[in-house]
Amino acid sequence: MAQVQTTGESFWQRLERRTQHGDTLFWGLTLFFALIVIGLVVAVGVVTYNGSALIREKVGWSFLFGTEWSPIDTDLAPASFGAWPAIRGTLLSAGIAVMLAAPIAIGIGVFLAEICPVRLRTPLSFMVELLAAIPSVIYGVWGVIVFVPFFTDYFATPISESVGASIPWLAGPVATGRGIMVAGIVLAIMILPTIAAITRDVLSLVPNTQREVLLALGATRWEVIWQAVIPYSRAGIIGGVMLGLGRALGETMAATMLIGNSTRIEESIFAPGVTAASLVANELTNANGPLHESALISVALVLFAITLLLNLAARLLIWYVNRGPVRGGRV
Amino acid sequence: MLRTKTARSIIAVCSGFIALFMLVGPAYGAKGTPTPTPAPVQQTWEPRNVNATLKGSGATFPNPLYQTWISVYKQVNPSVSISYQAVGSGQGQTDFIRYLTDFGGTDSILTDERIKAEAPDTLHVPTVLGAVVPTYNLDEATQPLRFSAETLAGIYLGDITKWNDPRIAAENPAIDLPNRRITVVYRSDASGTSAVWTDYLAKVSTDWRTQVGSGTTVKWPAGIGAPGNAGVASTVLRTNGAIGYVELVFALGNKLPVPQVKNKAGNYVVPTLANVTAAAAGVTIPADLRVSITNADGANSYPISAFTYILVRQQTYTDLAKAQALTDFIYWGLTEGQGASTRLGYAPLPGAMRVKAIEQLQKIRVGNKQVFNGPVK
Repeated sequence: MAQVQTTGESFWQRLERRTQHGDTLFWGLTLFFALIVIGLVVAVGVVTYNGSALIREKVGWSFLFGTEWSPIDTDLAPASFGAWPAIRGTLLSAGIAVMLAAPIAIGIGVFLAEICPVRLRTPLSFMVELLAAIPSVIYGVWGVIVFVPFFTDYFATPISESVGASIPWLAGPVATGRGIMVAGIVLAIMILPTIAAITRDVLSLVPNTQREVLLALGATRWEVIWQAVIPYSRAGIIGGVMLGLGRALGETMAATMLIGNSTRIEESIFAPGVTAASLVANELTNANGPLHESALISVALVLFAITLLLNLAARLLIWYVNRGPVRGGRV
Repeated sequence: MLRTKTARSIIAVCSGFIALFMLVGPAYGAKGTPTPTPAPVQQTWEPRNVNATLKGSGATFPNPLYQTWISVYKQVNPSVSISYQAVGSGQGQTDFIRYLTDFGGTDSILTDERIKAEAPDTLHVPTVLGAVVPTYNLDEATQPLRFSAETLAGIYLGDITKWNDPRIAAENPAIDLPNRRITVVYRSDASGTSAVWTDYLAKVSTDWRTQVGSGTTVKWPAGIGAPGNAGVASTVLRTNGAIGYVELVFALGNKLPVPQVKNKAGNYVVPTLANVTAAAAGVTIPADLRVSITNADGANSYPISAFTYILVRQQTYTDLAKAQALTDFIYWGLTEGQGASTRLGYAPLPGAMRVKAIEQLQKIRVGNKQVFNGPVK
């Protein structure tokens, strides 16, 4: 019967019938959007890989661990491009940031989701989210004007002059105070709200039965949080920390303003360093020649690879902790 | 309704005429009354009325000047529209070589290898002069510090680490220098400013030349990097005992402390526009005008000076109108535009150099036709 009526239907009616009221079209459209993302990732990979062809050809993959980044020829040595100062600076500053931020941010998340009085919850959550929305250059400016002088005078200089005399990685001179440690601390403040907000969201998704069971067994609030709520939401919290780490790795502006931009490798964490992102941003526009440009693109490729590997590791970790029933509860 | 419309259009036409008169009035005035000014050619040259759109990119240092030139030139010759993007000298050179732009702006000259391999018909046309000044922050310095080339190189090499080092003290007997650590600040971003600064240090110090070299970015033996002139200046301002180098325009505009620097003739000179222009007169200029004028001869030459260039093509422009518009614009900048340069804090070219720059423009050919034949003055 339905076929009989097709003669009189318009183009739109036919389209509607053929595509189940547009469902198929919508399916195709969203698939296309999703494929754009994959296409972009592949394109970034291909472009950075091709752009770094020259340095791979001239120096090879050993450039990853070369410690000398010296973009011009001198009488003593030819130009040399070693990515290690940038990789080291990136990992160190992001590592410091995550180590400082993760415990505090998880604490904030737990407080907001579990302990906070309802009256305070909304304004506090709002403030945390606001902190996440501040552009990084503002953190950089704040760091330069407020935090660096404070940290230099009250922490870096006293530490380097006392303990630093015997522990080389805390040694001075501190100079302007800009260095890997300061960059790490400001990065920690930047990623704090990201981790805190995700932790809070994840914790609020924990079913109440989980809490009630432990409460029925006579657990204290601390025991409920530590043994029921957090184990249940481990995967989400790890995901949040990884997202924060990703932000810290790729941060460019604040890092450039605070890290001191020196490609020398110095043992002290108060000494200036450089991150992969800040090195590329600083030198690419005015690169000395094709080899220099290629070396910078390969540093970008390395950063891209680090981020991909990190996400992969986060996925694996989440998969691993989610495999079985919640473990670790020892009631 | 009609009445207000008419009134409006009358006002519009009137203001248009007024604006037109304000633009061309002075020229007409000069034509109408023959004054015994020493440059009679100035009135005879007019930019040709061609329709063209010109694109350029390159150095950030002359960007404020080029933007001023472009906006004023738009009124002088409305049929030509020009854009200049400040993307940095290195990018400007690359864009120009890849034929993405019609002209390139650069603070550093193209290397011989690059000209030979990628852009054999490139001409360098100097437009104005810039200079780099070391600025410092030292509470005890009650009067401008004095630096010799050796001292500056020693500080940036990390050999001189304290302000009361005998080498600094010998030059500044009147200042009670403290036993404070010197914080060396350099540009973290690759820049023409760093190129001029390192070119100077490499010329005056053998150690610098052999160990560090010169370029838009080098492996700095000491200190910390801050992004941009503003970044260097703010780092210096916030650190007692810091020294950093910035462009002269930036230092003068922000009233930063500037030292006296010992030049090749042995005099301590302050960085003024006149002393920078003097440096350009103190060197032998090669035919292609690619020359470093750091550490120049001359009693008043400020030793850390440099040309900034516009790159143009000698043979490979294909569009005659475009080439005509471009040469007219550059010629206008080299002549009328030099007044604006002084006001903005750039040192104008010395007369002999301007003549040579205009001769570069006259070399440009499209097909076999000379594109520009304006009066040399």
